[in-house]
Amino acid sequence: MNFKLEKLNDCQVLTIQEERIDAHNSAALKTELLQLVEQGDEPIIVQLEQVRFIDSSGLGALLSGHKQALVKSGKLLLVNIQQPVLSMFEITRLNRVFEIYGTINEAFAAQS
Amino acid sequence: MSPAIIQVDVIIPTQTRYLDLIGSIGEHIAKEVDSYAGDREALAYHLNLVLTEATANAIKHAHDKEAKDTVRICIHIEEKQLTIKVYDHGQGFDLEAVAKPDFDHPKENGMGLFFIKTLMDSVTYTQQADGNVLEIIKYL
Repeated sequence: MNFKLEKLNDCQVLTIQEERIDAHNSAALKTELLQLVEQGDEPIIVQLEQVRFIDSSGLGALLSGHKQALVKSGKLLLVNIQQPVLSMFEITRLNRVFEIYGTINEAFAAQS
Repeated sequence: MSPAIIQVDVIIPTQTRYLDLIGSIGEHIAKEVDSYAGDREALAYHLNLVLTEATANAIKHAHDKEAKDTVRICIHIEEKQLTIKVYDHGQGFDLEAVAKPDFDHPKENGMGLFFIKTLMDSVTYTQQADGNVLEIIKYL
């Protein structure tokens, strides 16, 4: 799983640098998200702009991070989701579970 | 079964690194189905997803310790119907016993078969002495 981690505007920003999240790399994503949740209490923003395909295990990894963040009174936000990928959140109604923003600036604005 | 317009038969080791390959085949095939009147881009994603989920499921249920274990995937396209068969040699599972996701209390697992059932027209799983087959049909 290739990704870039940055601290911006008091948020941990994880930019996924993969076109595809499936059962081959979702476990690595889950581990990274859980580590981020453990490390600090800043909101975690996951940028999905480069991701053009996600499967159930990828959704599961994000859901795991989201749930763990809630346990720690933290937050996990999703931004820049391509429409076909967003459709997968809609079919599973996970769009009602996650905080989703069109752009990272919208996500920053919502935190202030 | 009517004569196939396209038939693809693939055998892969039970390793998740091959999911991209299998999914990509589905995506490319969707673009070759001229008779499909619906959204071709959506069909491409859905076939990619369904093949990825079905293959991942077969890999998960395979005998982990048998490095020689394989999953066979057959994609058969006729004019009005696309059939996917995924063969595994694992212990099998009960398709009917797989619960629909609880949307108000989502869980990390169990969404794969939900995707297959939701996006395709027919799904059956048959356990046989020489292996199991998940058969998925999509009407075109």
